[in-house]
Amino acid sequence: MKRIVYREWLVQPQRYWGLLAILAALVAVGGLSALYMEHEGHWVTGMTNSVVWGTPHVFAVFLIIAASGALNVASIGTVFDKKAYKPLARLSGLLAVALLIGGLLVLVLDLGRPDRLLVAMTTYNFSSIFAWNIFLYSGFAAIVIGYLWTMAERKGNHLQKPVGTFAFLWRLALTTGTGSIFGFLVGREAYDAAILAPMFVVMSFAYGLAVYMLVLFYTFDADGRPIGPAMLKRLRNLLGLFVAAILYFTLVYHLTKLYGAKHSDIEAFILINGGLYSAMFWVGWILIGGLLPLGIIYHPELNQQRDWITTACALVIVGGFAAMYVIIVGSQAYPQEMFPGHNVIQFGAPGDVGGRIAPYSPSLPEILLGIGGVGIALLITAVGVRVLQFLPESLADRDVDPHASARPAA
Amino acid sequence: MATVMMKGVLLASLVATFGMGVVAQAEEVGDYVLPSSKAASLENCVEPTEYMRRNHFELIRHQRDQTVYGGIRGSDHGISGCVSCHVGYDDKGAPVEIDGKGQFCQSCHEYAAVELNCFDCHATVPTGEAWNHEVAAAHAHLPGAAKTGPTSAER
Amino acid sequence: MNHETESMNQGRRDFLGAAAGVSAAAVAPGMFLHTPVANAAARTEPVTDMHRWGLLVDTSKCADGCTACVDACDTENGLNLQSKPLGDDKLKWQNQRSTWIRKVKLQDNLTGNVTNLPLMCQHCEHPPCVDVCPTGASFKRADGIVMVDRHTCIGCRYCMMACPYKARSFIHEQVDQKLTRAPRGKGCVESCTFCVHRLDSGDISTACADACSAEGHQALVFGDLKDPTGPLRQALAKAPSRQIRQDLGLNTGVRYTGL
Ligand code: SF4
Ligand code: SF4
Repeated sequence: MKRIVYREWLVQPQRYWGLLAILAALVAVGGLSALYMEHEGHWVTGMTNSVVWGTPHVFAVFLIIAASGALNVASIGTVFDKKAYKPLARLSGLLAVALLIGGLLVLVLDLGRPDRLLVAMTTYNFSSIFAWNIFLYSGFAAIVIGYLWTMAERKGNHLQKPVGTFAFLWRLALTTGTGSIFGFLVGREAYDAAILAPMFVVMSFAYGLAVYMLVLFYTFDADGRPIGPAMLKRLRNLLGLFVAAILYFTLVYHLTKLYGAKHSDIEAFILINGGLYSAMFWVGWILIGGLLPLGIIYHPELNQQRDWITTACALVIVGGFAAMYVIIVGSQAYPQEMFPGHNVIQFGAPGDVGGRIAPYSPSLPEILLGIGGVGIALLITAVGVRVLQFLPESLADRDVDPHASARPAA
Repeated sequence: MATVMMKGVLLASLVATFGMGVVAQAEEVGDYVLPSSKAASLENCVEPTEYMRRNHFELIRHQRDQTVYGGIRGSDHGISGCVSCHVGYDDKGAPVEIDGKGQFCQSCHEYAAVELNCFDCHATVPTGEAWNHEVAAAHAHLPGAAKTGPTSAER
Repeated sequence: MNHETESMNQGRRDFLGAAAGVSAAAVAPGMFLHTPVANAAARTEPVTDMHRWGLLVDTSKCADGCTACVDACDTENGLNLQSKPLGDDKLKWQNQRSTWIRKVKLQDNLTGNVTNLPLMCQHCEHPPCVDVCPTGASFKRADGIVMVDRHTCIGCRYCMMACPYKARSFIHEQVDQKLTRAPRGKGCVESCTFCVHRLDSGDISTACADACSAEGHQALVFGDLKDPTGPLRQALAKAPSRQIRQDLGLNTGVRYTGL
């Protein structure tokens, strides 16, 4: 088999610096928003005592699970020994670290006291899933960096498989942990389900891959590197599989919830009468993030065209944000069930919501903070591929796996 | 930490640049007790002055955990004691915020270039402090029974 | 700091049973029996699990439209010093300002009966807020009071997600005015402390219960759940009471009758 050659990203300087400038601007605006929120306090956001986690968490959780999903491409190559995925591994590792950093920054900057980060890192409460996640996240970054090293350094090559396997297991733990942040909240009906954690794992597969494909297409187009149709087909089908799996888990999730009669109110809220949240569920999560991309991926003509596949990836990401919004914000907007058999007529002051749907509308600083996190992730990626050898020269089919067609016979 | 160090470096260079004038001021370190405060009339702080200058934060921090977790209040190492004794008063006899410009805590912390963030949460003048054991004794009543008289007077 | 919150779990027992006098054995040694502190004094020893503080709400006595407990709590803990930040929406602010205790009005779906009750931190024996707090800032004192150590709270708000009673508030704005006895500042989470500053000065009372009595309603009885002869246990013995979300098995320190 031909040796894979990796080469720095050779896009024209104007285009590269233009891209960096745009990303840097996003990051700067995000940083300023965080400072503003920090200085004024969280009243400038849409968050309240009812909806305590808002848009920043939507972005942060999306980025974090996408990070673990982005690593999947490398895992398929190393852990499951699929040769064709090997050239994709380096970018996969880089993207995983970048997305994780972006997500964590958003999470941290949305704290009430980000200045106490040191406290968070030195005093642990080991019964808290959240504290475990701090370990899982920092460990993930370290392992992936080690993993990248085994790929790039000849001396480390033989370690690639064990380290890669370890990274794969770790990323499963990480996403399960992220899902469990929500899954263990007994006081909130929507989250009280064991299936939430595996659902997060499946979501991470899809979102991570979608982000990966977009970045791959963009970088390859920009400096004219080829991607062969077989490679395209492989990635496309994989994405289709993951998206279908999300739909399946979503179905199971809601069926289990509907089955337990005491959850039927929240189910009705998410599925039918939740207004914006129901719309986000059906249009965002199911249609845009599920059915449409599936339609494209399995359409015999559309799925041959790169532009359509790109569109499918973008739709999956949009749907992912909608899903996060429904899961995170929608479930908080729904009132906590405290008095079964009773109607809550009054709950504190008129605006002090309880017993009815809590209003939440994201404010500009929150959104900009979230986008800043995306900006950071992409900035790290852009710089990474430019200065180091992350991208393979070619993903043309004959370069990737010349014996692919001959193998069954052999 | 970084800012603290930076401020330290700045201060050092200032001292170097302005020479004697600044050094003269530096010699007065510690004289931040305000004449109008109760502390001015006392011989010593709760511990010897020299000790307090260096270690007051250790005492406060130790007491902080005692209070938060053990419920031990009213020790003289608590921050409310610092405030009530060191707070300055204006001409009309009203207390001045202790983290304000030129006040006891602020001026020394500024001199030493150490961040002062106790007062993000803690009261800067003695207010609503009077739920101490004396008030409690006066308020003593049979638990659960009606208590008469407004408590606001006690605050 | 966790070991301090552990001790209560050992003394764990169903205290509905205790109210009915079943577990008298657990409280039998004379040293556990005590009378309310007559000569109030500030404590010098750390709190222990000899006491567990609790509150009984008699919803039948809680008056419609009365907010005495809420107002008293606000003054006691300096929550009345909060002011709406310039430019914030009025209704949104009501959901952003700190509220440690709120009046809740319920209507029975079947009978149409209306019930009033105050709702605050229930001081759970197994507090979900403490379980989830990443830094251990949420903690349970040896005497059962659940509090936030504001020195280590990072404002992640996970405890607010975990609390089944919406008992906690996040401080959304800069705090300019605060009381010496109740420090509070931007970016941390807070909730009812059972007027811990009073207890620590040897005064067994809370502002809400005092205010309710002063209004003549006597709907709130505060006291020691471990003192079988104390007013709280006496009141608990008189009528059946229950916990809100009893199904969660949190063994709350706040109980309700007539619910
Ligand atoms: S009521 Fe809420 S805040 Fe209070 S102890 Fe229970 S879980 Fe924690
Ligand atoms: S907001 Fe503070 S008290 Fe609540 S879980 Fe986070 S760190 Fe703990």
